Amino acid sequence: MNTQANPMPQSPVDSRESAPAVMRPMRPMYWSIRREFWEYRVIYLAPLAIAGMVLFGFMVSTLTLPYRMRTFDPEQLRATMLQPYQLGATLILGSAFVIGIFYCLDALHGERRDRSILFWKSLPVSDFTTVFAKACIAGAVLPMLGLVITIATLLIMLLLNSVVLLVNGLSVGPLWEQVPVLRISLILFYHFLTAHMLWYAPFYGWMLLVSGWAKRVAFLWAALPPFAICVVEKFAFKTSHFANLLLYRLNGPQNFDLTTAHGNQVIPLTQLALLKFLSTPGLWTGLALAAVFLFAAAWQRRYRGPI
Amino acid sequence: MACIEARGLRKAFGANVALDGLDLRVEEGRILGLIGPNGAGKTTALNAILGLTPYQGELKVLGRDPWRERNQLMRDVCFIADVAVLPRWIRVSHLLDFVGGVHPRFDRAKAEGFLDRTSIRQGSKVKDLSKGMVAQLHLALVMAIDARLLVLDEPTLGLDILYRKQFYDSLLTDYFDRSRSIVVTTHQVEEIEHVLTDLMFINRGRVVLECSMEEFESRYAELTVKPEHAAAARALKPMHERQVFGRSILLFDGVARSKLAALGEVRTPSIADLFVAVMGNQAGQAQGAAQ
Repeated sequence: MNTQANPMPQSPVDSRESAPAVMRPMRPMYWSIRREFWEYRVIYLAPLAIAGMVLFGFMVSTLTLPYRMRTFDPEQLRATMLQPYQLGATLILGSAFVIGIFYCLDALHGERRDRSILFWKSLPVSDFTTVFAKACIAGAVLPMLGLVITIATLLIMLLLNSVVLLVNGLSVGPLWEQVPVLRISLILFYHFLTAHMLWYAPFYGWMLLVSGWAKRVAFLWAALPPFAICVVEKFAFKTSHFANLLLYRLNGPQNFDLTTAHGNQVIPLTQLALLKFLSTPGLWTGLALAAVFLFAAAWQRRYRGPI
Repeated sequence: MACIEARGLRKAFGANVALDGLDLRVEEGRILGLIGPNGAGKTTALNAILGLTPYQGELKVLGRDPWRERNQLMRDVCFIADVAVLPRWIRVSHLLDFVGGVHPRFDRAKAEGFLDRTSIRQGSKVKDLSKGMVAQLHLALVMAIDARLLVLDEPTLGLDILYRKQFYDSLLTDYFDRSRSIVVTTHQVEEIEHVLTDLMFINRGRVVLECSMEEFESRYAELTVKPEHAAAARALKPMHERQVFGRSILLFDGVARSKLAALGEVRTPSIADLFVAVMGNQAGQAQGAAQ
């Protein structure tokens, strides 16, 4: 009575043996990262949108540039010329950072909410690969995208500026002197590497852990425990060590920040600053903490199903 | 080697015992229907088999411990847990890309072939597909994976009858062969009746009936008894009796058909009828024990 008498043309046992049983280990990682771009298009759309707005605003403001160049004294001019570049870079990188926060808080939560975790878990991709791919998006891909978009935006701005000046018969010399895009790019890259990738790693790890664990309002669950610790410490011991620790982390890597270098002076040697950064104990405790959070996030994903 | 072998499988959620010493054995090339009332422990059993939940007791799936060796196991095991678990935001073509990217045994051309027979276009997003189409899509993906064990947990819940029938038809004609095994749970028992090779009823985390379909046919008989033979039929100790249009229908376990033929009309019962009989008796016993 059973109708299963429909054998496959070739014996599947043979075809199985010929099929590659192992894949290159990086492939699931690569596809897991690509997948995030399909799910969270905001990762690249938002910084691009901000860049677009910056460029549009800048274009309007360049109309008055020839006038300023003729009437302002050199010191004034320097400030007004550099300012939009700094502001633009801050806005784009800042947006990438904020998106990173929201991304982390949703990354392991969304798949439980829409039950797709049952599908992802039916594929041979380990929990660690999934969690690590998401951490890479927040800690590396997103800041890197922000960086690239920022530098591209700055270059376009510089180009626009130059065109306006040339059309008005003014020299581009002072502009190129005041706005050294190459140097700014270097500073930004350094900032990306030290602050966004390494220094903030424990934040990304913590938020990913909470997003996989919390059934709802992941944001509150991420923010409340640190806040509670601060309050309890303050009332119980009249100290604020934990709060200071958080602030120390939030403020970003200190005392070797290249961005404090101003104007025409030669910036401190990058190499030196980097060595100083790498020898900060705070960097390594932060990375260790991030590793603990990520392993915890991967471990708990094993137990998690749809909400 | 047995495809799935479980002995004394236990799992409790607090005071609620979902699996109470479940024994299970599925050989290669079988299609097992796991049938039980709501809360019987079917999904928990499948989750243990798929390494989605830790458990107590012995369990080997394709020779592996599913909880500890889950990542390796998922290369040989496929599952559809519930309808519509595909991510709604993904495009069909991206879904094919992803599965092809991470699964060493996925045959993209095969999946595209299956999809060509449906009205699903590769540019569509999952959220724009109907529930039936999402089920078709998921089945196309799963059938294009050369797995040794396929687990289906209520894969057709909420679909209309055309999609349900088509789902099981393609599973049989395009996928199943003697070297693969399938475990399926569903409440729509009638529809998988002709699909199964083995049958298992579970209730309250325990196996209450287990047999192959050949055995099922030879062992169980349903008798529409002639009124004058009712007493004689009841003397043969039917496991269940029900009334339809004023006539008694008795279900027998292990009584020769030749004996029954004299008393009325004999048929092979449907799985649903047997299910009601077995579960009804269980409920009766439980009530008796409670009193």
